[in-house]
Amino acid sequence: MTTPLLDVPLLDVRGLSIALPPGADRPLAVDNLTFTLNPDEILCVVGESGSGKSMTAHAMMGLLPAPHVRVAGGSLLFKGKDVLAMPEAEQRSLRGGRIAMVFQEPMTALNPLMRVGRQIGESLREHTDLPAPARRARVVELLAQVGLPNPAELAEAYPFRLSGGQRQRVMIAMALACQPDILIADEPTTALDVTTQKQILDLIRSIQAERHMGMMFITHDFGVVAEIAHRVAVMRHGKLVEYGAASDVLNRPQHPYTRQLIASVPHYIEHRDDHAKAGAPLLVADKVRKVFHVGGGLFKKSKQVVAGDDLSLTIHPGETVGLVGESGSGKSTLGRSIVGLIKPDSGRILFEGTDLLALDRKGFRPYRRAVQMVFQDPYASLNPRHRVGDIVAQGPVAFGEDRNRALVRARELLAMVGLDGSAADRFPHEFSGGQRQRIGIARALAMEPKLLVADEPVSALDVSVQGQVLELLDDIRRRLNLAMLFITHDLRVAAQVCDTIAVMRRGRIVEMGTAREVFTHPRDAYTRSLLDAIPGKSWHIPDDLQKVPAGAH
Amino acid sequence: MIKSDFWRAFVRNKGAVLGLVILVAIVVLAVFASVFFPGDPWEMATAPFQPPLSEDALLGSDMLGRDIASGIAHGARVSLLIGLTSTAAALAIGVTLGALAGFHGGKVDDAIMRFTELFQTIPNFVLAVVLVAIFTPSLTTIVAAIAIVSWPPLARLARAEFLSLRTREFVQAAITTGQSNSTIILRQILPNSLSPIIVSASLMVATAILLESSLSFLGLGDPNAMSWGYMIGAARTVIRQAWWMSVFPGLAIVLTVLALNLVGEGLNDALNPKLARSRG
Repeated sequence: MTTPLLDVPLLDVRGLSIALPPGADRPLAVDNLTFTLNPDEILCVVGESGSGKSMTAHAMMGLLPAPHVRVAGGSLLFKGKDVLAMPEAEQRSLRGGRIAMVFQEPMTALNPLMRVGRQIGESLREHTDLPAPARRARVVELLAQVGLPNPAELAEAYPFRLSGGQRQRVMIAMALACQPDILIADEPTTALDVTTQKQILDLIRSIQAERHMGMMFITHDFGVVAEIAHRVAVMRHGKLVEYGAASDVLNRPQHPYTRQLIASVPHYIEHRDDHAKAGAPLLVADKVRKVFHVGGGLFKKSKQVVAGDDLSLTIHPGETVGLVGESGSGKSTLGRSIVGLIKPDSGRILFEGTDLLALDRKGFRPYRRAVQMVFQDPYASLNPRHRVGDIVAQGPVAFGEDRNRALVRARELLAMVGLDGSAADRFPHEFSGGQRQRIGIARALAMEPKLLVADEPVSALDVSVQGQVLELLDDIRRRLNLAMLFITHDLRVAAQVCDTIAVMRRGRIVEMGTAREVFTHPRDAYTRSLLDAIPGKSWHIPDDLQKVPAGAH
Repeated sequence: MIKSDFWRAFVRNKGAVLGLVILVAIVVLAVFASVFFPGDPWEMATAPFQPPLSEDALLGSDMLGRDIASGIAHGARVSLLIGLTSTAAALAIGVTLGALAGFHGGKVDDAIMRFTELFQTIPNFVLAVVLVAIFTPSLTTIVAAIAIVSWPPLARLARAEFLSLRTREFVQAAITTGQSNSTIILRQILPNSLSPIIVSASLMVATAILLESSLSFLGLGDPNAMSWGYMIGAARTVIRQAWWMSVFPGLAIVLTVLALNLVGEGLNDALNPKLARSRG
């Protein structure tokens, strides 16, 4: 990772400050930020949401939402020239020409009404004087370079026909169109599945090395950092807290915040005890099948999508079963079938020996209490118009408990999940994402369930908060001897909390075994590819920051 | 706490405050019409064709010597009464049907929406005219006719809100914690879908007043109730000789409708918690 010594760095950010409008939670989004980016180097800017990392990139690209947010001080030097002091036209030719950007959300970053090839051709037309046929040839060449099959055909396609990964490749091709000196990538793989993420990271790395570009890669994931970074800048609340070579920051982090972030990276705990399965299974899913009918109408036949087929698994009391799979694998379908939000087409779901699917509405009602769910999105899962205490108490009240008693109990539960007493009287919007997820957990616990179905409970949270919520879940299931079905797309998270792991792919369970087996001796090729795609797997988290194995204290 | 937030957001919209002031003035005028203008507005009060600012008639008199100002005050009663009751009736029909369609989806939704479309294919005003003409004009039939022609948009709105809200996770959480359908509809979804419904209802009061005026203009008003539309309709033949007979009731309609629209907009701002919070 040697960088050629130059007198002037490619990008030199000096004392950059970005002001937020009055009334925001802090006056400066970015506070006196200084760093440099050299040619042929990947600089990872790491931070949690609200750290100002994207703001920095947006300032460079002139994308700050003016007039509310503006650069308040400092300079951005591109090859020694201050970008902010340049006339508007010169800035524009720099952006998209010499400095290009790839965005997070490939689904919305492309214009849906414009053919892919033309969108890439746009920036060529803007920044070069190539004639039209040469532009077309160049577009096809670019699409081939980012590893897309049939590039000539693909250039004529509309974005909706492409998958998320393919769209991100198109975005990269677009950014590369004018052979930029600097490529800024703002969380380019966050919205992608893990195997796609690996492909895109490989692509980014190889393109960067080939073209000797300077690259600023914004991410929240230290796994990704370990995968591609040459140098790392860690940001918190708009300030740079640690800055140095990747090997130093990853293996010998100095700042307490960096250490905390690295300690929060979920990882497999080698010495976790296997769960001792005792007694009769609590829940048995037997050959569950669910087909969704999409579209269709009076004269049109609907399309069938098999969301789950032949799904079988067992959960014993006190056991945590992880259901791992990429988007569309059918993992949520199974979870929702178990809590009764979806009615499967065939199969049986036995809870303590009773087939839940054979029950009618009334017969199913007693089992509602026993099987509870924690939802993914902490912002959508709480009714914004109800007080938190009510939200937690509503379930028991629906089952005939006295309202005042339920409210007292709600306060106890809120305390149990780590919120203070006044929380019950407040509304959900007054809480942060992690706190809301705690409220969601308290709501589920209020029903005194035996089985908790947690559907991606931490995927919408920042890593450090994610760690706390995982610990809470682990603590609670241990204390209450709860069984848990933990649905996640992130193998690392599953590794940390689950006893047993079931890997799903395209509506089928391809492998099921103890966490230890699945991680050390995966049998299925797909499991192996998932494990292989975990970002930063070759990076050994410093020993003093490793998780204490669950149950060891 | 929520209430004071609401007021702060509402008051911040100057237009809404102006609208509310006008509206309150009109309500006061309507409530105390018989105090301000004792006597029957249909009775002859002064000489016919008196221009405004004449001795016995502040806003002039009409062809039969009836006081225009008295007519406007008593007409305000009729207009507001019809506007409010017909909107309330339309809300009851529209929100109930829309909520059921949106919540249950599937066949229930199909049936209710086809029924709604049946009403939407007939032009509003024509249907109202036909209904009033068949059932002889009276306050009740006018209110019923207006309600029957104006509920479909409310049903569509409520359905759209319910459709999107029922897939939200807090509603699913309510299902998994065993709450009954009626609790979920009334306590979980309805309060969250109310803002756009209230806003469009406030605008619908304005539309109902216009509909009533149009019906009265065509002579399909309640023959016993003085109304703005009737006054304009009666005065249209002499508009070139006596402009005041139609201009003042017209102004009353414009002011009322404008005030209701301003208030509706203010409600929209105040009831949208995100907007309110970002400003506060």
